[in-house]
Amino acid sequence: MTSAQKSSFVLSRRHLLGIEGLSRDEITGLLDLAEEFVELNRQVEKKRVSLRGRTQINLFFEVSTRTQSSFELAGKRLGADVMNMSASSSSMRKGETLIDTAITLNAMHPDIIIVRHHASGAVELLARKVDCSVVNAGDGAHEHPTQALLDALTIRRNKGRIDGLNVAICGDILHSRVARSNIILLNTMGARVRVVAPSTLLPPGIERMGVEVARDMRAGLADVDIVMMLRLQRERMNGSYVPSTSEYFQYFGLDEKKLAYARPNALVMHPGPMNRGVEIDSIVADGARSLIREQVEMGVAVRMAVLEALSRNLPNA
Amino acid sequence: MMLSDRRPILLANARIVDPSRDLDTVGDVLIADGVIREAKRGIGAAGVPEGTEVIDCRGKLVAPGLVDMRAFVGEPGEASRETFGSASQAAAAGGVTTIVCQPDTSPAIDDPATVDYVLRRARDTAIVHVHPMAAITKGLEGKEMTEIGLLKAAGAVAFTDADKSVTNAQVMRRALTYGRDFDALIVHHTEDPDLVGDGVMNEGEFASRLGLLGVPSAAETVMLERDMRLVALTGGRYHAASITCAESLEVLQRAKDAGLDITASASINHVTLNENDIGPYRTFLKVVPPLRAEPDRKALVAAVAAGLVDVVMSDHNPQDVETKRLPFAEAAPGAIGLETMLIAGLRLVHSGELGIIPLLRAMSTRPAQLLGLPGGTLRSGSPADLIVVDLDVPWIVDPNELKSKCKNTPYDEARMQGRVLRTIVGGRTVYEIV
Repeated sequence: MTSAQKSSFVLSRRHLLGIEGLSRDEITGLLDLAEEFVELNRQVEKKRVSLRGRTQINLFFEVSTRTQSSFELAGKRLGADVMNMSASSSSMRKGETLIDTAITLNAMHPDIIIVRHHASGAVELLARKVDCSVVNAGDGAHEHPTQALLDALTIRRNKGRIDGLNVAICGDILHSRVARSNIILLNTMGARVRVVAPSTLLPPGIERMGVEVARDMRAGLADVDIVMMLRLQRERMNGSYVPSTSEYFQYFGLDEKKLAYARPNALVMHPGPMNRGVEIDSIVADGARSLIREQVEMGVAVRMAVLEALSRNLPNA
Repeated sequence: MMLSDRRPILLANARIVDPSRDLDTVGDVLIADGVIREAKRGIGAAGVPEGTEVIDCRGKLVAPGLVDMRAFVGEPGEASRETFGSASQAAAAGGVTTIVCQPDTSPAIDDPATVDYVLRRARDTAIVHVHPMAAITKGLEGKEMTEIGLLKAAGAVAFTDADKSVTNAQVMRRALTYGRDFDALIVHHTEDPDLVGDGVMNEGEFASRLGLLGVPSAAETVMLERDMRLVALTGGRYHAASITCAESLEVLQRAKDAGLDITASASINHVTLNENDIGPYRTFLKVVPPLRAEPDRKALVAAVAAGLVDVVMSDHNPQDVETKRLPFAEAAPGAIGLETMLIAGLRLVHSGELGIIPLLRAMSTRPAQLLGLPGGTLRSGSPADLIVVDLDVPWIVDPNELKSKCKNTPYDEARMQGRVLRTIVGGRTVYEIV
């Protein structure tokens, strides 16, 4: 069952390496297309054939459960043959360089490679060495474009718009690719962005990326429509960037008291996986104003939209 | 321990010196309900509430009680060296109404529960105010920063690793950066431990003659220079814990000229003594950092007079006789100072090196300001923490009469001029020479 597609949006690029450089129209086009896949994904028959015959490789140098499975489902629902390669597997462990891996995979004629890598810029480096499309599934602390797109879709569906909203991104901004992609996307779409973190977790010069900076939650959440929490990695909790989990939770963990600083109808997001009791309290994470589960659902739809829109631009499409 | 109740007190016919207002005048000070009501000329016995205790000061000095920014008290864990009780008795006898105790106890004061313990112990046993500094890094190990926000909320007035330097510049950078968000004052001991090495006294001719390994002043300036760069990078609030040499003053001057939030202390030992006072290996004069040369001492005094060095503190460090009665290189460093800091400072006043106002400012007004404490002033409404001092009476320091548990004073048998007659904390007289 293939209902007639309303959107014929084509992403006129070979790769999706970041939100940086995407126009407002391109972002809107992707979100509109993703809306259609949200509906499709809620039906019993979820299968499309637009990527039939195409080969998609998920190349994950960094372990990931939700992003990798989300891309895998997205590709399969569009009819692609999907192969997963993860960091634990053979050649990457044997010291093969990133570029050699790219050249090897390229010889197998894939159509789309989805890449996650722990080093900023690694995905772009790989993209230069292959003939197919490359989608960045997260590179170091640089970008995670499909996360920003799924966040945008979640916001748009719940608030009806992105333009004019106040969004606070809270926590480990310094190490976060999610923060960077979201800052760029939200600014492009006309939202006002504030980052909230202790000074040790703020990258120098962040205010020149078009954000306001707050160093406490009361000031940071004032007049905010959307509160986006970020994950704090375990190795950064105990005295290196912040003194302890208990102090972090006391001053920056989102609980009901701090959420009350935001607008009464403010909604809560988190890219997952969550550290409950560190950056977010369970009552808030599981509460009526949490969009966290919906974000996961939107993730599959957005990745289908990205794959579909890129594939329409592939040779022989 | 209270010698009198909280009746109103009129200190009449006093020489009032209030460094917070550059005030030096003759007048009366009225105290009631634990606060200073008025300090001015001519209140007189007629203008006071009924039942007021009128004390004729006969021209003696009345000034804010001292706020000692750096004193080791052995609780928790080293009560044999000093307790809050004994330290506060020594403080009261020396005119110190607020002790800021150091976190190098065992265990170290590095978590909110220990701050809480210290405050409760002090409340129950001390006769002067006590505020703790907490550690910058957990266990004073220089590796992981402490819970600066929660510690400050618990009552820590500043953060220091006591006489240890945080050698890892990244750790120091993060502490300054994180601390800034909480308006925390980072108090840092500036001595590069590798340059100190096994040194036990100031490097130079005198150490060479004694056959002792020296500590170059560069050990201090190298670390201080590094810290200035880190303060410029982070915008943190920084205080050099114990400056000893002329070269450090140049560094400080440059940093202050650049508008950095930097202040500094010098110990009473370093402004009144020099390396020559060590004489025949007197271990009571073995301190950290070491006593420097006479030109350094003179430069420090001039810097106190000019306000370049903000604070003069006691660096009170009680050591048992057994740890001092050893060859110089093996003896424990440290000297007691709570009871003698003011009187030793008066030597500089009597010799004409320093005015009474700059001395008292460095020992009361400035430390109170830096730590956000209400003392150090005689303004109306301030806490009634003040002292009455006879500036001229001669006496000889007898270690056996000192209140501290340990008797390691560098002023052993020294001739002094001037003595604290009365110390008032929160409107109560806690020390008095009858």
